[in-house]
Amino acid sequence: MTRLGLTPSQTVGPFFHGMIQDGANVLVTPHTRGDRIRIEGRVRDGDGAPVPDALLEIWQANAHGRYRHPADRRDVPLDPTFIGFGRARTDGAGAYWFETVKPGPVPFPVADAWQAPHVNLAVSARGLLNHLLTRIYFDDEAANRTDPVLQRVPDARRSTLVAARTLVNGAAVYRFDVVLQGRAETVFFDL
Amino acid sequence: MTPIGRDPDVFPPYLYEAYRGTIRRAPEAPLVEFRPTLSEVTGPGPALSAVAQEDSDLTRNAGTGAEAIGERIIVTGRVLDADGDPVPGTLIEVWQANAAGRYRHLVDQHHAPLDPNFLGVGRCLTDAQGAYRFTTIKPGAYPWLNHENAWRPAHIHFSLFGTSWLARLITQMYFPGDPLHALDPIMNSVPTAEARARLIAAYAHDVTQPQWALGYRFDIVLRGPKATPFEPFESAAQAGR
Repeated sequence: MTRLGLTPSQTVGPFFHGMIQDGANVLVTPHTRGDRIRIEGRVRDGDGAPVPDALLEIWQANAHGRYRHPADRRDVPLDPTFIGFGRARTDGAGAYWFETVKPGPVPFPVADAWQAPHVNLAVSARGLLNHLLTRIYFDDEAANRTDPVLQRVPDARRSTLVAARTLVNGAAVYRFDVVLQGRAETVFFDL
Repeated sequence: MTPIGRDPDVFPPYLYEAYRGTIRRAPEAPLVEFRPTLSEVTGPGPALSAVAQEDSDLTRNAGTGAEAIGERIIVTGRVLDADGDPVPGTLIEVWQANAAGRYRHLVDQHHAPLDPNFLGVGRCLTDAQGAYRFTTIKPGAYPWLNHENAWRPAHIHFSLFGTSWLARLITQMYFPGDPLHALDPIMNSVPTAEARARLIAAYAHDVTQPQWALGYRFDIVLRGPKATPFEPFESAAQAGR
């Protein structure tokens, strides 16, 4: 079998805004099932300076823990109002936000093992020659303690993957900052 | 099973000092490895393709009723996975500078004219054979502040989702024979000449249309589903029910 060489990655650069449609950071409609949440935070560089030109893309399961994808063939309901993909660009202060639902738990490829609810995050920006892959976990999930991916992360760095819940006017807001480099650097994955 | 991960002969390092933007943005800590799970072997590609609106003629999509200025070109090719199988029905997004080397973007202050009839953004889906086709104008080179007298070679940005979260690719297509290639740190961040050559489109006279447009061919190879383990998820799910 011939293996073809992969096409290399190049930076997204600073000029991608024209391809991000308005509302791409809102994943839900009024009819979407599940607990409505907001995820927000800032992206910072190795100097602690805001990154005002980052593209954040998220991919997640629905509230039942089902991905809208042919590889997820489990007998778990899809939600016709929910794809599970969102895009946000940071503003001048490096801030971003998403409106979505809290994902359900999803299986791990070992029988009987489960992953804690999480949102998959890809970060692209000028100065990033490849996008960065990470995950957003939630600090009010007991399942974090047994999540097989979190267990792979050194203890001292695990908190960089866990969003902190607050209530703002009765609505759940999870804070998740992304630090590209240096002290408190977010854990990124080699996949 | 095919090993997963970024091939260091193909993908740029995060830190590439000649490209100054990487110096304070490249992660320093080791990346954490794990075997892909259902979260990584799925991805938004198929669902996005189902709702995508095609918009593949950048010379006419500004909504002004008039045509963009510049050298009209056709860019076509196939999207394949590493096994050589076509990736059908997948969304491709492109964005680029206009013929004068200027983006329609507030941050772009290059002293070159904007073209009211050119947005510089397009989308299309691959067909059953993995083929795609855009009509656009050839972008201009433009200056940037990376180093003294720095110029980006003419390029078109490409974004593809493929079939999984790990197939996601954001890259740039360059034009053949451009003397700026050797001077461009972004292109040269790709470690090998063989891999860099995959970013350069080929002039294709069979694509060129008489009295109309020059043709270029640019094939794209994504990580494919065969590199990822699907089966264990069904058994895990059945065990979990």
